[in-house]
Amino acid sequence: MQVIRIEGTDDTPQVILDANPNNPIMEISGRSLPEDVVSFYEPILEWLEEYSESPLEKTILNIKLEYFNTASSKLLLDILLKLEDMADDGKDVLVRWHFPDDDEDMEEAGEEYEDIVEVPFEQVSYTID
Amino acid sequence: MADTNKNNIDLDFVYDFYTKMKNNNVSFAYEGEISHEITKVFSSLAESHIAIDNESNSLKRRVFHVMIESLQNIGKHSGEKIDKNSPTDGQGIFFMSKTKNEYTITTGNSINKNMIPNLKTKLEAINSGNKMSLKKLYKEKIKKGRLSEKGGAGLGFIDIVRKTEQKLIYSFLDINEKKSYFVLTSTISRTK
Repeated sequence: MQVIRIEGTDDTPQVILDANPNNPIMEISGRSLPEDVVSFYEPILEWLEEYSESPLEKTILNIKLEYFNTASSKLLLDILLKLEDMADDGKDVLVRWHFPDDDEDMEEAGEEYEDIVEVPFEQVSYTID
Repeated sequence: MADTNKNNIDLDFVYDFYTKMKNNNVSFAYEGEISHEITKVFSSLAESHIAIDNESNSLKRRVFHVMIESLQNIGKHSGEKIDKNSPTDGQGIFFMSKTKNEYTITTGNSINKNMIPNLKTKLEAINSGNKMSLKKLYKEKIKKGRLSEKGGAGLGFIDIVRKTEQKLIYSFLDINEKKSYFVLTSTISRTK
């Protein structure tokens, strides 16, 4: 499968989607407030769609965002819903939601997604600096 | 001579404007097009401005968040645009003010009067909510909602009130029979 590697900017996250069975990486990190959220997330959703047809034994998506706007929050849900479809098909799926240990809002955002979608979540706190 | 007089009026205006800003604790004011670039620049400005005040990270994040959502609201929903075809880049006014206890972010933009009833219902529902009901409303909206053509998720106001835990202050001022000026203030407590 094709690898997606998008460098992060001050308004778009870094995205790595690599289904290499020896060293799979699926990660969205940084800031997300793109000018056009739909076209930014479209290739990511398409990649996941293709991936879900023959996923690896275990799929782990790391989300480590420091900021996302409400428009992005809707697209993040769309991503998580794709993982939910996979989990519904009996696939082994996990979302690791990373948040700074002093950021209650980001922690709560992860808990809310966990409530909304039927996908196993792991909350991971980290320290900035 | 006419030119000199004109200059005098302008200078009076500048001082008058300055005094009014100071009296209202306004630290930042802007009127014009709200593009994506402007939204980003203002938000980083506010971030560094707040950093100087030694505020906590969580307060910094909240102000940044409210700014982005407020500015994007103007860009997407203002009834006044230079480029009529642009889905964003609406015109509006933006103020940030700071007092001992709080930051306030105020936006103003013209809207068509036929939008007011809908907007009022939305704002009243959000303002009358509590922590739990707003959480519920947010979840409902994010699940059911679809992105508008302008790329809005319809979550901005709810999100501001959830993050700030303060009611939105708003009013609609008459411009003419078709348009009103919509003013909205969000408050972020410095002591929370």
